[in-house]
Amino acid sequence: MSTAVLGAAPAVFTPATLDYVALLPVLIVLGAAVVGVLVEAFVPRTSRYAAQVWVTLLSLVAALLALVLGAVNHQVGTAGLSQVGGTVKGSVVVDGPTLFLQGTILVFALLGALSLSERLGGVGADAFTPMGSSTPGSPQEAQAVKAGAMTAEVFPLFLFSVSGMMLFPAAGDLLTMFVALEVLSLPLYLLSGLARRRRLLSQEASLKYFLLGAFSSAFFLFGTALLYGFAGSVYLPDIATAIGARGSAFDGLLVPGVLMVLIGLLFKVGAVPFHMWTPDVYQGAPTPVTGFMAAGTKAAAFGAILRFLYVGVDQAQWDWRPALIVIAALTMIVGAVLSVTQTDVKRLLAYSSIAHAGFILVGVLSLSREGVSGTLFYLAAYGLATIAAFAIVGLVREGGSEATHLSQWTGLGKRHPWTAGIFAFLLLAFAGIPLTSGFTAKFAVFKPALESGTAGVVLVVLGLLCSAITVFVYVRVIVLMYFTDSSGDAVAVVEPSAFTTVTIAAGSLFTLVLGVAPASVLMLAERASQFIR
Amino acid sequence: MTDSYVPLLFLLGLGGAFALVSVGLSLVVGPKRYNRAKMEAYECGIQPTPHAAGGGRVPIKYYLTAMLFIIFDIESVFLYPFAVAFNSLGLFALVEMVLFIVTVFVAYAYVWRRGGLEWD
Repeated sequence: MSTAVLGAAPAVFTPATLDYVALLPVLIVLGAAVVGVLVEAFVPRTSRYAAQVWVTLLSLVAALLALVLGAVNHQVGTAGLSQVGGTVKGSVVVDGPTLFLQGTILVFALLGALSLSERLGGVGADAFTPMGSSTPGSPQEAQAVKAGAMTAEVFPLFLFSVSGMMLFPAAGDLLTMFVALEVLSLPLYLLSGLARRRRLLSQEASLKYFLLGAFSSAFFLFGTALLYGFAGSVYLPDIATAIGARGSAFDGLLVPGVLMVLIGLLFKVGAVPFHMWTPDVYQGAPTPVTGFMAAGTKAAAFGAILRFLYVGVDQAQWDWRPALIVIAALTMIVGAVLSVTQTDVKRLLAYSSIAHAGFILVGVLSLSREGVSGTLFYLAAYGLATIAAFAIVGLVREGGSEATHLSQWTGLGKRHPWTAGIFAFLLLAFAGIPLTSGFTAKFAVFKPALESGTAGVVLVVLGLLCSAITVFVYVRVIVLMYFTDSSGDAVAVVEPSAFTTVTIAAGSLFTLVLGVAPASVLMLAERASQFIR
Repeated sequence: MTDSYVPLLFLLGLGGAFALVSVGLSLVVGPKRYNRAKMEAYECGIQPTPHAAGGGRVPIKYYLTAMLFIIFDIESVFLYPFAVAFNSLGLFALVEMVLFIVTVFVAYAYVWRRGGLEWD
């Protein structure tokens, strides 16, 4: 069939039908980003920050409302959310996983935008520099601000990135997936380089992220080309059909194509051996960006991985499953072991995020509906805790600059019991201690993996061992904060505005609720776990 | 299934051999007559060493113009197939195209208002 399709071009153009209700949440965010660019161009400088914050927050709330209302309207009987199908000729598929992840990403974005807009009494967002070459608080920076340099651009960039993240798990064909990948990545490359303090580290992170990201995008695109050669189509259902009817001259293109697309996707979630950028970028990027990036990119990219594996190449699983099992095992081991040696809080959380990517991959690999729902739940639980944790990291400062070295955190529990307490709670959630969302989430991904066969059991055992290693890492930080004598009180928690307070409070509250009473969200994830082809 | 990889492998070998042979051949048979201009890093543009004018900083003003050019370049790339197929596309495509151009002009308005078109 592939040769027949290859040469065929449609004689008459038929425009795609657009289901605007299904597309509305993405369109709202994308439209708000364009409005944000116009705000940058035409609104006077003094009111630009306020205008951008309002545009961002209102559009995210509106998109979330549109998403929830759309999902509720489509809900029929016990089939749950999965009543909506493909639109734009199948390029955008709005089904259960899409709706769940888009909702999750919008919540992440709301919390992320709140911590992004933290001013700490300054004129603009505190974490971002108006001029990359000037030190914070210097006359040069004041001059740049006077000349019109602003940091309000971060809001439209942020919204563009959010719209890409929302499109990524919904993409029904590989080219739309690639466009979504770029729309989510390009603003993030920029945002990573805009830190106000430790600017060189930030700019280095941005460049590394950009170069490696471009490299992995090329892998994704080449894999797409090979899969097109194999199936004669970039649509995931067509690829699935072509795998079912194997026997064409292009069969050899399937495995390299699948693996190359997977490289592009696994890079985004920071799976070993494609994780090299993660610690550097997480450390260098402005802390609110790191928090949002860690949560949002993971949710979006795992959504895309799930759709690619479950809808597109499910029937070829004997070819790609062994590779992915090795990657999942490596990701857990490397993430957990290397987090032991870290001395920087942001790098520690970065390696912890690598280990978490491994745990999520275990859920993905169970190849069942329970695996999908477990993965969805894990993404939501991990993201909310991560955004709150990074928001706290952004508040612990020494002389205006973030105190990210672990030795600077000694005795923090005595001087700032609330902040240290919440951070300790979030660390326990990362470790997977019961009564936190981390435990429920690990249970949700490990249980279906146990039922999926020998490889699943091996991975779960490995996962539990790695969890034990990470428990040591997190407990060490807690001991440092509570049971070690402080080296002095130069390090202090700055007084956050209501914005950051809401981010931290909401993130930790969700972490608690998802640990104590997870039933409703688990049920939502379960009902949303059916992919539509 | 493995059979279909053989031509690929062959092509890979052929490609590598071609690169090696052509580089090696030019090393062996190529004339080597050096002069001052040939030893320079670039054959055109600004000398990067020892110092460019203005304390080692090279002005990069031109990049904004270049980026703006690419925006309109891509726009016209999309306009050509649209214009060719306009008759069979109908109103839907016209609306889409107008939306696309409006979006491009948002970027243009941003550059214009933020001083990207001023040379100094």
